[in-house]
Amino acid sequence: MSKRSFKNTELIQASLKKRYAREKRFQWYGRLAVMLGFVFLFILLFDIVSKGTPAFTQKYLLVPIHFDADRIGVTPESDAKQLRAGDYAGLAKASMRDLFPDVTGRKDKRQLYRLLSLGAEYQLQDMVMTDPSLLGQAKDVWLLAHSEAASYLKGQVTRDQPEDERRVKNMQMDWLDRLDSEDRTQTRFNVLFFTEGDSREPELAGIRAALHGSFFTLIVTFLLAFPIGVFAAVYLEEFAPKNRITDLIEININNLAAVPSIVFGLLGLAVFINFFELPRSAPLVGGIVLSLMTLPTIIITSRAAIQAVSPSIREAAMGVGASKLQTVFHHVLPVAMPGILTGSIIGMAQALGESAPLLMIGMVAFIMDVPGGVTDPATVLPVQIFLWADSPERGFTEKTSAAIMVLMGFLIIMNALAIYLRKRFELK
Amino acid sequence: MPTSTVFITLVALCLVSFLVGRQRSRIVATAAGGMQSLHSLPKHYGYMTALWAGLPAMLVLIFWVALEGSAIRGLIVAEFPAEIRALSENEIGLYYNQMVSFAVSGGDASMLEPTQVAAADFYNELLVSSGKLKLLLVVVVAVLGGALTVLRISPVLRARNSVESTFTWILFGCSSIAVLTTLGIVLSVLFEALRFFQTIPVQEFLFGLKWSPQMAIRLDQVGASGSFGFVPLLVGTLLISAVAMLIAVPVGLMSAIYLSEYATRRFRAVTKPVLEILAGVPTVVYGFFAALTVAPFIRNLGESLGLTVASESALAAGLVMGIMIIPFVMSLSDDIINAVPDSMREASLGMGATMSETIRKVLLPAALPGIVGGILLAVSRAIGETMIVVMAAGLSAKLTANPLEAVTTITVQIVTLLVGDQEFDSPKTLAAFALGLVLFFVTLLLNIIALYVVRRYREQYE
Repeated sequence: MSKRSFKNTELIQASLKKRYAREKRFQWYGRLAVMLGFVFLFILLFDIVSKGTPAFTQKYLLVPIHFDADRIGVTPESDAKQLRAGDYAGLAKASMRDLFPDVTGRKDKRQLYRLLSLGAEYQLQDMVMTDPSLLGQAKDVWLLAHSEAASYLKGQVTRDQPEDERRVKNMQMDWLDRLDSEDRTQTRFNVLFFTEGDSREPELAGIRAALHGSFFTLIVTFLLAFPIGVFAAVYLEEFAPKNRITDLIEININNLAAVPSIVFGLLGLAVFINFFELPRSAPLVGGIVLSLMTLPTIIITSRAAIQAVSPSIREAAMGVGASKLQTVFHHVLPVAMPGILTGSIIGMAQALGESAPLLMIGMVAFIMDVPGGVTDPATVLPVQIFLWADSPERGFTEKTSAAIMVLMGFLIIMNALAIYLRKRFELK
Repeated sequence: MPTSTVFITLVALCLVSFLVGRQRSRIVATAAGGMQSLHSLPKHYGYMTALWAGLPAMLVLIFWVALEGSAIRGLIVAEFPAEIRALSENEIGLYYNQMVSFAVSGGDASMLEPTQVAAADFYNELLVSSGKLKLLLVVVVAVLGGALTVLRISPVLRARNSVESTFTWILFGCSSIAVLTTLGIVLSVLFEALRFFQTIPVQEFLFGLKWSPQMAIRLDQVGASGSFGFVPLLVGTLLISAVAMLIAVPVGLMSAIYLSEYATRRFRAVTKPVLEILAGVPTVVYGFFAALTVAPFIRNLGESLGLTVASESALAAGLVMGIMIIPFVMSLSDDIINAVPDSMREASLGMGATMSETIRKVLLPAALPGIVGGILLAVSRAIGETMIVVMAAGLSAKLTANPLEAVTTITVQIVTLLVGDQEFDSPKTLAAFALGLVLFFVTLLLNIIALYVVRRYREQYE
């Protein structure tokens, strides 16, 4: 017996090293898993920030422009309408030819014109429209560069790549180098990105229309989901009898929270667009669909917040003769409000980032105009990101990443607000 | 008269009724000998008047708006010449829609038939008179409801009780919206799916091995009928989900174990919210990341190893989807491991087991049902995820188990079938609803099983 137990101790001693090593390994697996999560997060954020940062600047080229009335095709006596119809594209092209007199041949000239953005002609038009006395004068003007030219100036495209695999040709690079050495290039903050709607030209495309669309959609979502969600939570928490109907409602809310978002899109398409014939692509329908999606989140968190209100508050209110409804609306809800708001903000953040159901109800159309109301055709920020990500021009890649940075910025602000509210709530 | 104007009028009427009701109750009270003779506060009488003015009128408005479209359509189609009405439902719809878009936004009248132009005028007339009638009806109902209530105001009228019971019903109505939503989803998806199954037999859909949903524009076209076999989509969905779970389950589970059993309080307090950022990133961002960064990376890596990798491989989409699901698996496993009572830990450690032995031999087996439930929830999430696969998985419906090839999924097909202009009568668009039906029920089933497993497991220690 004693001999045997001695042997056991020996065995245990011998295996101990192995066991401790295994313990160490296991801990490292855990550390590795956590680190892997961090690495993924870091790569994701780094990838987006490094791709998106260049989109916040734009390149301009200094071009000497001779505002020759004949060239534009107007006379100094022309009225505003005639001025608007002038040939500013021709003016921009002619100015580029003047700048590079040695460029001949149709193909080369066309390459030369492609250094300037299509927006350059509108820039010139704008200048003449605001100050018609420019006609006849010569002036150096900073004109917006084409996104491909800008990608060379920003160093995203280099000569190392084979010429036929890039859009900027060697000849254009030579011209850009020459402009650069003559101090005729400039980097400016990309204001257009925040003030313009969508465009087919990467350097002219902006997120303003999408921001407005997101704003209107979220307003509709909030106006519907917040009261309905809070009322539903109040009913279930304070008034609901324990019966089959309320059980059914509870199960439904939990299930709804787990239904794929695209199914809500199908619902929106079949019910709100086909049956009720609400307008397609409109923030109204988008907001309704998103509010149905966020309802479970708001209801579940609001219920938790209402539950957390101490019963003494209810009892005190009832004790002085308040009715059930007065107790809830005058005493319980104000105390629970920070918690309810936290849940609602989290729900709204989900709605802000959602895009799949909006594809179903037609919010993927190419929309340049800034929507003015909830029934105007609109797009939202995530869908704008989806659309740009699909565009083949490389200029859109950086625009996409920049739009993602803006979207993530809003999400971080909303989540920070929710955390702040929760912290304040916990102190009570 | 647009609906919004009518609605604003109604709100204004409610406000007026509130003021009138409140004022009336004060007058009644003074006549009866002071405020204390009233049963409720004056504002309750105001609320009551407003409710009786607003609610019935609101119901009238909702019904009117819901029925307006089909009523106008019925009236106009009845006026169409007989040869148009003899056409198929489809062609009448097209004819009608052309007319409506002309009536709403104008355009070149010469593109339309004279009957359509006439109908457009008639349409606009109907719209105007419908708007007038709507406003009139709503105002009459609101004023009538308000006036009758004002007349009923007396010191013994139990205004507060009446307002509160009405309000409780409104609260009940709000909470039943969840049921209505589910009902709406099931019915809308089911009806369209049934229409789909009228042209494509159910067994062909469920067991067919070929998915190519193009429909012919002309009947004599080559490949005139598309094939709607659902199996390749299911295989593609499962393949991508499997890749995602291969990433998310080990990483998520090990992170949860580390954070709940080994990490210090401070490390955990910082790490958990940071990793949960991954859950808050919009899916469209993951899609972009998958399509533009991960997919080319995997293809280049594969090429340097001598493998042929499709530019939109299942691996890329699955990998990124896995990253998205990590925090989800982590949070659920964390909750469940934490729910295992400390006595079990202490017993095992007291026997001389190391921490890792305790975790592997005691905690994990005890928490297993809950963890499985959590994983099932994650799987249902992967199956229903849309944006990542739309942006990073392919469109070719292939029957393959090779993650380096491009596959397509149920959600991708729903999006591709429904985005863009479409007529609602071709099997192509209706197929999307059949897919939606399958998706809804598969995820619903997974969720119910998962919730059941999680809940049952939790009760064990209580």
